[in-house]
Amino acid sequence: MTAQAAARRSSPIMTTVVRILRDQPLIPLLVLLVVLVAAFALLNPRADFSGYLAAQMRTAIPLAILAGCQTLVMLTGGIDLSVAATASMAGFVAASLYSGPDSLVIVIVVALGFAALVGAVNGIGVGIFRVHPLIMTLGMGLVILGAANAWQLLTVRTRSGVPPELRWLGSASATDATFLPVSLLVFIPLAIVIIIGLRRTGYGRLLYAIGDNPVAARLSGVKAWQVLLGLYVISAVLAAIAGFLVSGLTNVASVTLVNPRLLPSVAAAVIGGTSIFGGRGGFSGTIVGALILTVADSLLSSLGFPEAVRQILFGSIIVVVSGFHARLTVAA
Amino acid sequence: MTTASPSVHAARTSPFATLGEAIRREAWLVGLLGLVGLLLIFTRIINPNYGAGGIQGLAISVLPLALATVAQTIVVISGGIDLSVASMMALTNVVAATQMLGRSDEVGVGVAIGAIILGLVIGAINGVVVVITRVADIIVTLAMSFVWAGFALWIAQAPIRSPHPWLADLVNGAVGSEWIPKSFVVLAVAVAVVWIPLRRSRAGLALYAVGSNQLAAFRSGVSVGRTKVMAYALTGLFAGMGGVALTAITGQGAPLPGGFTLASIAAAVLGGVSLAGGRGGVVGPILAVVILSLIQTDMTFLRLNSNLATVVQGAILISVVMLGSLTQLRRARA
Repeated sequence: MTAQAAARRSSPIMTTVVRILRDQPLIPLLVLLVVLVAAFALLNPRADFSGYLAAQMRTAIPLAILAGCQTLVMLTGGIDLSVAATASMAGFVAASLYSGPDSLVIVIVVALGFAALVGAVNGIGVGIFRVHPLIMTLGMGLVILGAANAWQLLTVRTRSGVPPELRWLGSASATDATFLPVSLLVFIPLAIVIIIGLRRTGYGRLLYAIGDNPVAARLSGVKAWQVLLGLYVISAVLAAIAGFLVSGLTNVASVTLVNPRLLPSVAAAVIGGTSIFGGRGGFSGTIVGALILTVADSLLSSLGFPEAVRQILFGSIIVVVSGFHARLTVAA
Repeated sequence: MTTASPSVHAARTSPFATLGEAIRREAWLVGLLGLVGLLLIFTRIINPNYGAGGIQGLAISVLPLALATVAQTIVVISGGIDLSVASMMALTNVVAATQMLGRSDEVGVGVAIGAIILGLVIGAINGVVVVITRVADIIVTLAMSFVWAGFALWIAQAPIRSPHPWLADLVNGAVGSEWIPKSFVVLAVAVAVVWIPLRRSRAGLALYAVGSNQLAAFRSGVSVGRTKVMAYALTGLFAGMGGVALTAITGQGAPLPGGFTLASIAAAVLGGVSLAGGRGGVVGPILAVVILSLIQTDMTFLRLNSNLATVVQGAILISVVMLGSLTQLRRARA
């Protein structure tokens, strides 16, 4: 209705622009991203630009993966507040068990196994016992944090260090093209699987269906608990992968390492156009959202703003961009 | 379904039946109260020295989280959620601490009241942004949590020591009997002054109405936007009290928000407030805060690894909520 009223009032060109923006919400986001990167380049003409791009991508990739967890879960109308604890736990377990290149595969498998277990408990709680996802994952986050802390005290930390392979994966760049970080090797396949999985597979459609109208999904024979169980396991495994990358990036293994990225991961998904009420959104928008948050943060710090002002502007950006999204979708 | 039957039923039967009816209706609250009693007895058994001093310590340590939880409860009843409670507490805490520094006690009282009103104002701003942008509550308050924490950090880059004997006197010690800690009285007065009149007014009814069914509330003539702004403003008010309480207890202003937000959501849910909105009160959540704190105390007395306390809190949260939804599922099937 609002769109029609606007169409009657404004010129045909404006109508076309509004329609394009509405149908392709990714376009304004990409424009915003390019503007932010250009602003950095203009303000810091002497900076090493390819190094800058690599640093932005390295920081944004773990955030994008965590935001991917949120995107998948938010499509069903949920939220996963345990991703940060799961990711930190995975990075910490990997570092504390590692004893040399031979042990790498086992270490990774064990950490992923723990994560899958966490996801399964989340899935059982949300899918079978119908606990509110916010509460279930919040509680699980506490359980993981406490357990990881206890593990930290129990294991004698003789050889606790981030495995060099993870450090390479998280923080190195390709030798002949320095603007390409190695972590893209993990991220690009993951992103392709998630995007195609959401768009082309039956499982992806089930996620949208459950989030859009749970009753209709149930009446058409969807076993929501099976879908949710799988979903939370996937989310936890993705979080563990992000945890490996963060510990590799920062060369730190601590049980609270990823916590500061929890709320930005929710924000990145929302900025990318995923609705927290479920049924709407996708991973490509989320990737752009994570990039925007990362680039905006580095731009604000390169402008010499103190931490306080950066936080204020960061919060304002989230409100403005998501408000813009809400307007566009309301118009549709 | 049977909302009318208890009163009709009660009118005909003895006072004892009325009491039974009330217990049945407030089963969750009675259960929480019983749990507090059991935990207190258990604490006394494992540590015979636990007495009036312990109760006073308990009251002081729960005060900030209890106020944060009341704040969260109000907005959750209205169908929203506020992820910026801890940040608002940090901001009001820092404002109170910095502005009281080096001022006389009389000015200090004014500053304390001003900080609480500041909480009301920033809470109202949260509400206005939620209503105007039509973005999900959880996202707006998440973003605003960065904004308020940023302002706190702007005012003070590091924790500032600002001890004020008169302010500390408000929460330390006891009134009358040594078994009635001042902090409990402060909490009770704060809740009684704001919550009880609200609960009995039109505005309070609107709060529950908007929380349980926004569309129905709108069609019955409730101004949904105004009610939401009021709910967020009251949340800010209690968060402001929590911030001033932090100043009083710690004697300093710390710009980094503590873990009050998620803890307050957990306590509200344990206290019988539905995240879907429209159900619950403020007493249950306060009891839940006391229970969580007592469990932590007991684990310290038992010399258990303090990290296990976190595990236990998370496990309690999950299992209690699971139990609640199980009984609901069974009732739905029956």
